[in-house]
Amino acid sequence: MMMVEFLRQGRSIVFVVALLAALAVAPAVLPTYPLSVLTEILIFTLFAMSLNLLLGYAGLPSLGHSAFFGTGGYVVGLLAKYYGTPAAAALLIAVVAGVVLALITGPFVLRTHGAYFLILTLSLTQVLFGIVWLWRNVTGGDDGLPGIPTPKLPFLIGRVSDTANFYYLALVIVAVAVASLGWIVRSPFGLALIGIRENERYLEGLGYPTWTIKYAAYAIAGAYAALAGGLFAYFKGFVGPGQISWLLAGEAMVMVIVGGAGTFWGPALGSVLVLLLRYEVSAFTQRWVMILGIVFILTVLLLPEGFIRLPKRLRDIRSRLRREAPTGPTVAPVGRSQERAVERAIERS
Amino acid sequence: MPVNAASLVIGLSYASLLFLVAVGLSVVFGLMRFINLATGSLYLIGGYIGWSVARSTGNFLLAVLAGGVAALLLGILIERGFLARLHRKELLQVCLTLGVAYIVQDVTRWIWGGDPLRLRPPEMLRGSLELFGSVVPTYRVFLIGVGAVLAVLVWYVLERTKWGAYVRAGVDDIEMVECLGVNVRRVFAIVFMLGALLSGIGGALGTPVTGVAPGTDVQLLLMALIVVVLGGLGSVSGAIVASVIVAMVDTVVRTFWPQASFFAVWALAALVLIVRPQGLLGRAS
Repeated sequence: MMMVEFLRQGRSIVFVVALLAALAVAPAVLPTYPLSVLTEILIFTLFAMSLNLLLGYAGLPSLGHSAFFGTGGYVVGLLAKYYGTPAAAALLIAVVAGVVLALITGPFVLRTHGAYFLILTLSLTQVLFGIVWLWRNVTGGDDGLPGIPTPKLPFLIGRVSDTANFYYLALVIVAVAVASLGWIVRSPFGLALIGIRENERYLEGLGYPTWTIKYAAYAIAGAYAALAGGLFAYFKGFVGPGQISWLLAGEAMVMVIVGGAGTFWGPALGSVLVLLLRYEVSAFTQRWVMILGIVFILTVLLLPEGFIRLPKRLRDIRSRLRREAPTGPTVAPVGRSQERAVERAIERS
Repeated sequence: MPVNAASLVIGLSYASLLFLVAVGLSVVFGLMRFINLATGSLYLIGGYIGWSVARSTGNFLLAVLAGGVAALLLGILIERGFLARLHRKELLQVCLTLGVAYIVQDVTRWIWGGDPLRLRPPEMLRGSLELFGSVVPTYRVFLIGVGAVLAVLVWYVLERTKWGAYVRAGVDDIEMVECLGVNVRRVFAIVFMLGALLSGIGGALGTPVTGVAPGTDVQLLLMALIVVVLGGLGSVSGAIVASVIVAMVDTVVRTFWPQASFFAVWALAALVLIVRPQGLLGRAS
């Protein structure tokens, strides 16, 4: 068992190193446009992963995560516009703003569950959208704040193009953030979150402060989303109400689900898939919205656990075709749903 | 005071449309915890089909029926094709219905173009009439009448018939109703389809007032979601009360401070949910 564990860990280390190496040399081979798409993918990976902490790990279906993304963006935009704050400080303040917003709204949204949680997060996001929209002389209303200067890594100036420079900046920040997220979900705290998703009362019975854990998860997710939003504002050189809009939250939600909610790398895969679909398919057909819709539906029907499970799914199908037993230890879906029903029944009694 | 009979009529006619879209959503939501983000698409399809039928036949009643049937067919497709297998999987429901909404929006944009389409009300409902000293459009008054009749009808079916009792019991305790031998899945399917029918009728009836365009679906969806949570999941009287409140707030704020109407309704929803997470007339879960 130890050996298997060690091998699996070794494999994931190899995977991470290979991924980082590929991302590090990307600017050398990619032209400007694909590189900027890749930068966007990195930023949205961070955004989707932060949402996954709520959606996938804690089981809290938030449809208002763009509130934090937009808050980060506006903090960066306002600081750049009025005070000329350097990027490092501005991003740090954006993260703090994200945490503060989460700490303020958390006690309200965490009173609700399931569908109500979804609508309440959506409502609060729309309220924030409305404030930004109406508060013209500070936020610029629907015109937003244009002309945010893109920060550069000083030691790379003159050696690589500006696009590549910002790409490296985003890569470093996102890589560090993702690594810290990985540490969080593997920590006892992260495991407690999964426990809350599976059976909150049971964890409460074991003495876990479940409400505090959810509150903390909400704040952490807010912090990472604000960081992603701040980066995105620098990337675009612009921040507007569109970056708070619930449509963005819905898109992030879809990224998480399409990639695989509750898996660590799923949201990253989801953001790659959704953004590539958007930019590549829109290049050769006007009907990309429809194609995106079809992809969502097919994912739900064929890969309900997300694209991250595609290899396993294919293995299962192949072994079923050969009429052999499945290769790995798989949990029969029927058994699991029955188990859930029994659990629910016990919970209710 | 600009809140006179005219704005009352405008507000209440909007409330009728909201109720038609929201009531199906509310009951489906309450019954199966099913989140249908394609509700606005049902309204949209009802509006477009209604517009086309009215254009080619000149018969308004036929147009409303066609709009309702079109939405009903789409509803059957969604329910039978997908939803039946996604019970209690909220995330997948969101993803799936969002996908449906994307497809419907793109297909309708393909067929009917991106410009807003508006239907003229039928001959006898054009013009205006005088009510309590102010001039109001006849069609709006007609809408209020239709909305009121349908609201009473839906309320009667759900609150006063045996079949409605199954639905309400399902909202309260679905496992218990199942144990009593009621086929809740079938009840749910019928409720879903009736909700789709009402949304489609709403879409066709609403074309002379709101018009249809890409984006009408999102607008109606958001308003309907507010109505549903404000009224309380699964409560018909809640949906009626909340439709009126939301539409009146929207109309009044629109007269005083047009830019803020959007904000006001959401602030109201957030406030109600913070104070009463189960909605105005919903039961605590």
